[in-house]
Amino acid sequence: MSEILNSKNIQTIEFDALIIGGGGSGMRTSLELAKSGLKTAVVSKVFPTRSHTVSAQGGITCAIQSADPNDNWQWHMYDTVKGADYIGDQDAIEYMCSEGPKAVFELEHMGLPFSRFENGRIYQRPFGGQSKDFGKGGQAARTCAAADRTGHALLHTLYQNNVKEGSNFLNEWFAVDLVKNAKNQVTGVIAFSIESGDVAYLKAQATVLATGGAGRIYASTTNALINTGDGLGMALRAGFPAQDMEMWQFHPTGIYGAGSLVTEGCRGEGGYLINADGERFMERYAPNVKDLAGRDVVARSMVLEILEGRGCGENKDHVFLKLDHLGPDVLNSKLPGICELSRTFAHVDPIYEPIPVVPTCHYMMGGTPTNINGQAFITKDDNDHVIDGLFSVGEAACVSVHGANRLGGNSLLDLVVFGRAAGMHIQSELKSGGGVNSSSDEDIDEALLRLNKLNNSSTEFETAKVKRELQECMQNYFGVFRRGDYMTKGVEQLKEIREKVENLSIKDNSKAFNTSRVEALELQNLLEVAEATAIAASERTESRGAHAREDFPDRDDENWLCHSIYDPQTKELSKRSVNFEPKEVDAFPPAVRSY
Amino acid sequence: MQKIEVNLYRYNPEKDRFPYMMSYSLDKPKKDIMVLDLLNMLKEEDESISYRRSCREGVCGSDGMNINGKNGLACITPLSSVIKKNKIELRPLPGLPVIRDLVVDMTEFYAQYEKIKPFLQNDTEAPLQERLQSPEDRNKLDGFYECILCACCSTSCPSFWWNPDKFVGPAALLQAYRFLADSRDLKTAERLDDLSDPFSVYRCHGIMNCVSVCPKGLNPNEAIGEIKDMLLKKKKNIIVSDG
Ligand SMILES: Cc1cc2nc3c(=O)[nH]c(=O)nc-3n(C[C@H](O)[C@H](O)[C@H](O)COP(=O)(O)OP(=O)(O)OC[C@H]3O[C@@H](n4cnc5c(N)ncnc54)[C@H](O)[C@@H]3O)c2cc1C
Ligand code: SF4
Ligand code: SF4
Ligand code: FES
Repeated sequence: MSEILNSKNIQTIEFDALIIGGGGSGMRTSLELAKSGLKTAVVSKVFPTRSHTVSAQGGITCAIQSADPNDNWQWHMYDTVKGADYIGDQDAIEYMCSEGPKAVFELEHMGLPFSRFENGRIYQRPFGGQSKDFGKGGQAARTCAAADRTGHALLHTLYQNNVKEGSNFLNEWFAVDLVKNAKNQVTGVIAFSIESGDVAYLKAQATVLATGGAGRIYASTTNALINTGDGLGMALRAGFPAQDMEMWQFHPTGIYGAGSLVTEGCRGEGGYLINADGERFMERYAPNVKDLAGRDVVARSMVLEILEGRGCGENKDHVFLKLDHLGPDVLNSKLPGICELSRTFAHVDPIYEPIPVVPTCHYMMGGTPTNINGQAFITKDDNDHVIDGLFSVGEAACVSVHGANRLGGNSLLDLVVFGRAAGMHIQSELKSGGGVNSSSDEDIDEALLRLNKLNNSSTEFETAKVKRELQECMQNYFGVFRRGDYMTKGVEQLKEIREKVENLSIKDNSKAFNTSRVEALELQNLLEVAEATAIAASERTESRGAHAREDFPDRDDENWLCHSIYDPQTKELSKRSVNFEPKEVDAFPPAVRSY
Repeated sequence: MQKIEVNLYRYNPEKDRFPYMMSYSLDKPKKDIMVLDLLNMLKEEDESISYRRSCREGVCGSDGMNINGKNGLACITPLSSVIKKNKIELRPLPGLPVIRDLVVDMTEFYAQYEKIKPFLQNDTEAPLQERLQSPEDRNKLDGFYECILCACCSTSCPSFWWNPDKFVGPAALLQAYRFLADSRDLKTAERLDDLSDPFSVYRCHGIMNCVSVCPKGLNPNEAIGEIKDMLLKKKKNIIVSDG
């Protein structure tokens, strides 16, 4: 038996603003707050530079007018709206695309080692779904890159500048659950130091969830092992909604067997996909832009090739990405990381041989719904009500710039633009006397329930086994193509899995660096995310963006040109209107999405 | 079925007065796996084993450890490349205090990193767009900016073991050079001054362990050589200008 934790026997540490997550979005938020005089801390379960942002490869998409002096943020906006299959919020997309250049130049001034063109400006490469002149002017090259290590360069630069500004970090601290008071305001989190195991109530006027994605709900994913959707799990357990959870991006080029990503930048630099016959099959599916169509389109085409028997390899279950024609110079200078990864994980050298690839779970378009200021909200009767004290940014949030399908390079931009915006908003709100009431001892005890239960449970349910069950269930029933009857089975299966997940037990109850406790808590978060995904996916009876249903193959604007809002208390799905009111430009009306 | 023997360094501060080696035996995997996969398999058997990991693809720097006597990242080290006579020994990175099992306390390592001011310094007014940099100048950062702070190098360096508080160590020196080499950074002189004492750089005796272990193929020794050159030139310049 472990000691039962309660408000009296744990420490309370007080902050003005608490940022849960030291990835790109969290560290951009903290940088904004560093000079504000507010008492801020970044809580991260791993040392910040080990956050998943470090894995981002291809780049950050933004109309900085380097590759093309006539580029225009409105073209970027158009591409993003279209890529999102028209359920991205246009006010947020407008904000991201128009503020983007400022945010990218800031990163450069902070020292980010971007690759360069001959004229000394930032190097930009073509990515999928990019166009000039609102889709009429051909392929654009809009993704700013530091070779194929842009995420590493961005994350380290942000960490370095946080060091410069003296930001406060609680590294290797694990946030467990949100604490909320009787007014449903969020007043901080329960967390523990992984190193010592000591639990504390981190009290704050503003709590920002910057906890990243949850790709680990699937068996095959490009995501890091730590991408377990903790922030979203916490929000759902606290009764707060999630938006567009059916929308998961499957990246066309995950390394077959390993899941590691090879960037879309490979195709941007001129690589292309081939089937077992050596045919460049994307010419059939997207005659205009071929391999640079939207990710959802390419991923589905690959699966169709495989289903129709033209897959490669012994089991005909993958296709090839061909790069050798680009030559060693391009590969070594523009895609050195990819060459390294392919040699390690696919045992092929792309200079000579194609890389075996398969669509792999990559990105969570859904998340905690927020407005442009990063404020989380609850929706009732299509009206948004801000949740006091709770904010979210980055992949964990759904400010909805990605809608039903994210364009490559738009996530890194999302991180820095909305991280900055949330930081600015928190600063002005707290300085003008805003904030939340205190939580009572009972409120704190309530937030400790889950941890206490896990520490004192003695069932036969083991994390590793149950996690595998969950991941296979999601992989089987909620993958690239979906079907009502299968999904119903999946939802049923998740109910059984929930029983096990809620009663997990750990054999090792020690305190210091107990990673089995961490992994059990992570699995409980994965389940919340998986269930929200499953229910939202079964109920959206249409195909849009990444959500492709065999039983409802068409887009249904009449009924589904909307966000889905999942309510964890009732486990029901409701609809929320998409914003079609950008401030400075006319809205882009829904149109047929072809590439 | 062939077996493999894994000898694992174990230490749990709550239970053990001293660290010890524990031996595990498991079926030899049919296909080649990474050392991290092996650890994950062991952890399924024995939940109490503790180690760090995150990206599982060699970019985050979490799982530096000592594998059969050599530092490396578990996630990109194929078992076949290190196993000897079906045996493998896994220990924490040497020279740093052990928190538990394979998890080391990296405080000193990070302190050295922070000491070299690992951020771009340029007080001139920033232009509305980016600062320009020629591809040639940008190329000077290649081989230096990619460090993932895994500490494989510094914890293989005898000079760092003896003076972890005074000798900056290969990882942080590599970073120091990354900023010295950046055409956009304007604090070259100050950076060199900070490194000119007898310990910070000069404790490196070119033993080259750092180079042979870096999992990213970086060359801290080259960076250190460049810094020494710059220090020397600076000293000469001062003498010349004094005369
Ligand atoms: C392989 C790969 C390549 C990609 N390439 C690109 C690209 O080229 N361009 C692009 O735009 N996008 C890319 N993406 C997407 C993009 O990298 C991610 O969406 C983005 O980095 C997420 O950043 P984040 O700040 O939201 O979260 P993360 O970087 O994932 O950080 C999450 C943070 O939260 C912390 N955390 C989580 N849970 C807890 C908890 N319980 N307690 C305490 N701390 C916690 C973690 O420690 C971490 O610091 C790529 C994604 C992948 C998987
Ligand atoms: S070359 Fe210098 S830094 Fe590298 S291991 Fe040897 S003494 Fe240490
Ligand atoms: S230089 Fe290499 S070994 Fe040293 S910390 Fe950096 S990546 Fe690791
Ligand atoms: S887990 Fe990230 S480097 Fe090995």
